[in-house]
Amino acid sequence: MMIDHPTLGPRDAAEFVYMGCASLINRPDWQAEDALQQFIDYGYQRDNPSGAHRELWFHEGGDRSWLVVTRDTVTHAITQVELARDVARREGRSK
Amino acid sequence: MHDLVAITPLGAAEPRVDTHGPVTLSEITDTALASVAARLGQEEQARAWLGTTLGVAAPDPARVGGKDLTAFWMGPDQWMVEAPYRTHEMLAPDLARQAGGVASVTEQSDAWCRFDLAGDGLADVFERLCPADVRSFKGGEAVRTSIDHLGCFLICRTPEHFSVYGPRSSAGSLHHALLVVMRSAH
Amino acid sequence: MTQTNRLQGGMIDRSRTLSFRFDGKAFQGHPGDTLASALLANDVRLMGRSFKYHRPRGPMTAGSEEPNAIVELRTGARQEPNTRATTAELFDGLVANSQNRWPSLRFDAMGVNDWLSPFFAAGFYYKTFMWPAKFWEKLYEPMIRRAAGLGSVSFEPDPDSYDKGFLYCDLLVIGGGPAGLATALRAGEAGARVILADEDFTLGGRLNAETHEVAGMAGHAWAAQAVARLADMPNVRVMPRTTILGAFDHGTYGALERVSDHLAVPEKGKPRQILWRIYSKHALLAAGATERPIAFENNDRPGIMLAGAVRSYVNRWAVTPAQNVAIFTNNDDGHRTATDLRTRGVNVAAVIDTRPDAPDGGDFEVIRGGVITNTSGRLGLTGIEVRTADGGQRKISCGALGVSGGWNPNVALTCHQGGRPAWNTDIAAFVPGSTLPPNMSVAGAANGVFTTHGAFHTGAKAASQILDHLGLSAPAPDLPEAEDGPVNLTPFWHVKDAKRAWVDQQNDVTAKDVKLAHQENFVSVEHLKRYTTLGMATDQGKTSNMAGLAIMAEVAGKSIPEVGTTMFRPPYTPTAIGAFAGRSRDKDFRPVRKTPSHVWAEEKGAVFVEVGMWLRAQWFPQPGETHWRESVDREVLQTRKSVGICDVTTLGKIDVQGADAADFLNRIYCNGFAKLPVGKTRYGLMLREDGIAMDDGTAARLADDHFVVTTTTANAVGVYRHMEFVRQCLFPDMDVQLISTTEAWAQFAVAGPNARKLLRKVVDDDYDVSNEGFPFMACAEITVCGGLRARLFRISFSGELAYEIAVPTRYGDAMIRKLMQAGEEFDVVPYGTEALGVMRIEKGHAAGNELNGTTTALNLGMGRMVSKKKDSIGSTLSEREGLNEDDALKLVGFKPVDNSKPVPAGSHLMTKGSQVDAAHDQGYVTSACYSPNLGCHIGIGFLKSGHARTGEVIRLVSPLTGIDHEVEVVSAHFVDPEGERLRA
Repeated sequence: MMIDHPTLGPRDAAEFVYMGCASLINRPDWQAEDALQQFIDYGYQRDNPSGAHRELWFHEGGDRSWLVVTRDTVTHAITQVELARDVARREGRSK
Repeated sequence: MHDLVAITPLGAAEPRVDTHGPVTLSEITDTALASVAARLGQEEQARAWLGTTLGVAAPDPARVGGKDLTAFWMGPDQWMVEAPYRTHEMLAPDLARQAGGVASVTEQSDAWCRFDLAGDGLADVFERLCPADVRSFKGGEAVRTSIDHLGCFLICRTPEHFSVYGPRSSAGSLHHALLVVMRSAH
Repeated sequence: MTQTNRLQGGMIDRSRTLSFRFDGKAFQGHPGDTLASALLANDVRLMGRSFKYHRPRGPMTAGSEEPNAIVELRTGARQEPNTRATTAELFDGLVANSQNRWPSLRFDAMGVNDWLSPFFAAGFYYKTFMWPAKFWEKLYEPMIRRAAGLGSVSFEPDPDSYDKGFLYCDLLVIGGGPAGLATALRAGEAGARVILADEDFTLGGRLNAETHEVAGMAGHAWAAQAVARLADMPNVRVMPRTTILGAFDHGTYGALERVSDHLAVPEKGKPRQILWRIYSKHALLAAGATERPIAFENNDRPGIMLAGAVRSYVNRWAVTPAQNVAIFTNNDDGHRTATDLRTRGVNVAAVIDTRPDAPDGGDFEVIRGGVITNTSGRLGLTGIEVRTADGGQRKISCGALGVSGGWNPNVALTCHQGGRPAWNTDIAAFVPGSTLPPNMSVAGAANGVFTTHGAFHTGAKAASQILDHLGLSAPAPDLPEAEDGPVNLTPFWHVKDAKRAWVDQQNDVTAKDVKLAHQENFVSVEHLKRYTTLGMATDQGKTSNMAGLAIMAEVAGKSIPEVGTTMFRPPYTPTAIGAFAGRSRDKDFRPVRKTPSHVWAEEKGAVFVEVGMWLRAQWFPQPGETHWRESVDREVLQTRKSVGICDVTTLGKIDVQGADAADFLNRIYCNGFAKLPVGKTRYGLMLREDGIAMDDGTAARLADDHFVVTTTTANAVGVYRHMEFVRQCLFPDMDVQLISTTEAWAQFAVAGPNARKLLRKVVDDDYDVSNEGFPFMACAEITVCGGLRARLFRISFSGELAYEIAVPTRYGDAMIRKLMQAGEEFDVVPYGTEALGVMRIEKGHAAGNELNGTTTALNLGMGRMVSKKKDSIGSTLSEREGLNEDDALKLVGFKPVDNSKPVPAGSHLMTKGSQVDAAHDQGYVTSACYSPNLGCHIGIGFLKSGHARTGEVIRLVSPLTGIDHEVEVVSAHFVDPEGERLRA
């Protein structure tokens, strides 16, 4: 597989380490009333789509960026690659 | 002056040189390294300061550049500065002082071993070592990649001169891989 | 030896003669020959025995699809079984042996299987070896193993090396026939980066096997000219002897280049083969087509081959398989073979054409509407029996028979990404389907276009489209004139009512077997394949699958496309495992990491142990020590008595800087770091988000905004990755920068009551190392030995007064020599990982065995460290009820009641008198050692309710090793429980 790194262009997936669903970016608020339940859902509940899946890849053999890769789990077609830091900021994780 | 004697990454007193066919492989020990990472919100200032320090613009992604000091891109807003060790053993503390708080500086001199390959047909060597498009390199490229399971920086000074930085502790394995592939390719 | 079947012409170099041996007999051939062509030239048709019935077989094809002529090539360690004689390039001194026969190829004892064939029908193994069950292990399996398998291996290590590599291109052209050459020329001239790969050693494809002219010259001459033009283009890489093995995701292709297989021995330093990974923007599949046979009674005798293969041998290699050749065909192509044979002066016995309206051939007899009903010749064809259209029988004598049932496009690579081929009625064959691997195009015969003209034109069209995509322009191509005959074919798969008409000759599957499988309800093609073995083994059914499907369709009353095909999977042709391993074998399997003191430790005779990739000194034997524990006990005792030194560089070190560095550490460690003063170090426990302990280490605060974090040796990479995840994905707007400095600093533990005195001798006078000036857990940037920058940490893993001192790695070797020299007056000892382990167990410090992926802070006795006043990774989920039960496992120590007994790690703990089973399990021992300080074995581990049971005598059991004795529950801190030594 090739991952089209937003900064570096297409790079072999062998340079990356896979972690899992990009929902891991959305870590719950530890002070929420139902924080425990939220963390259980965060830690253990995952979608398992047949089709587009947003997932986290770490460019360990490269620039050490975490990426959010949108990959079709059936065809492996990759439709979008973003720096996870940008995604995290967009999704409200700024301090 | 302290009285400790350095050894090379390959564990000897003097750097090693091997030649096979058109390619010369040299262990380079006279390199001081310091990583420079911009502080949050200081990215532009850090880039500007590094540019001033280098005498050329701070390198873009996957590029190397400079004059007396050179630097290559490591990651977003992060560079590795190279300088002669003999004259810049204190490169990291010096840069940290000069950076004035716009960047974090970390000594990296001995985190890496460096091997330079010089000669013709280097693309034939490197295309057997790492998934980088070395045949398209014209000079000025710097990529982090894997060579036989080792995370390395591949720096193309000119198509006839490449530097490889690998983890210092694995200098022996990296040197062996380079030598085996030189013999395979030439 | 005379090459009695050698004709005039051909693409062989007659100026040189090559000697080779087959089954011990000497023969001669020429450069350009394959083993098969050279053997045929010497009138050798019998080249092997079949897998199941050991029937005599000769080559069916002239290419990589060969099912029969597979041999053991070379001898000794280089012997390779199942090598196709049809692709093995002849070299001087080549030695090959036939396989699957004993004692000889001409007389094979296992040939008796052939007479027993009624018992060996489809599913034989499944039906026969089912019962009695106890016979399986002792009788059936050994028997099957002896009989099974093709060829034999040398059981010696492969003496050759293999390489790998990575190539980039705009366009990968797969196949160097007319379509591939035309495309590569066009794209190359337009400036595209092109790789042209072909499995053959001479590019040209069918142009080398046919007599058609191209642009007014011989086809092979045109091909040679095209290859020469391509070779001159710097942007084009021509790769002969290179098989594209698979089409992988996103334009990645696997290719095997046989660098040295055409040589007796690879040149010095050169690999035998190279496995390339090719990254392409576009790929053009121009892999041609494979001819398919027709099944009929005894259609497997040596001398019966594909008609197109006969043409290849005649035209390319100037060899005829016999002096009198018949043809059996259902299409016009078979007639072409007859014409080429006649042109070369070979007698054509007859052309038997299944079509009543077959064309008139020329100066040979055509038997229209005829079929072959039987053949004769025990070790080679001597004649055929023909049933003519009017029902009459004729016997025709011949030494070879060319068979053509039409051609199948080589669609395999179009299916590697899940695509399915589509049926084309015009050519009665599967062609590439609508779902191709992204950015792949198909041209020429691979796309079902069987004329040379068509190959050029479809290649040119594909090239135009690809160049458009690449944004390159090229002038309209000036395509060479070439033949453009129509395909005339009437499907005909097998002659009915045959007793044994071979469909898959490699696996000895007959038309009847296919019918039997269907009768027994194995109706899916995938089941048919597994049940009958049709299409398995080295050729993967390249010549047999179609007939199998056709017969299946016939008996099922379905059409062929309704029956479907089996999946095509990589690799396209068999590939040596060594090629996949590449350079990563034996001691180069993975890189080695050496510590800064490695050279010195080697000099001292250290015994090394692999810890991950690191080589660490395990212990340092002294003269007279004969058992490792003597060395380890000495190292431990001397360290606790005076001072010892250990290289601890392998621990991960991560530089953490930035205004939010302390806040960041607060997030990744469960305990607090915000208030850690500059110049101090603190132990930190890192949890996973699920509350389980991930790693531990220390963080030293060198400045307000600068920490050095250590990790365990094993987790250094994972912890760094985790920290980057937290930094980039969870807290993207923290001002924190990370970089590994593990290798930048050589770090040594200096431990023992005399550690301070020793250090005082190397630390420069400007720095205070007194207990007051540099107390327990202090850290500082200092200088040593007269000005060398260094870092000093007062931390202790051993439980003694201890420091860790770090210097730039290049000075690590000098530093340990200096420390050893300075320590001479204290009888300093170097100690290795064993003594390190003993001392940390004696002290009750957790390590990898305790942080084993199942344990929490609470289990480790650090439950109170988890701060509830801040957000840290894992803190919320560590509060889950199930992780906090009253009788939760806690880390404690164990001493044997009988001091002579061991306390092996992995043993389980049972309450005295209780049953020994999982339901009554009370915990387990994680780490154990012999403690020279206590004079007995000790262990630490996890016990339900932990310290509350201190003093209890408990049963230690390991049913696997027969351990069953009593241990006493004690504090895990066997040595200095109050920590007085490390604060001394």
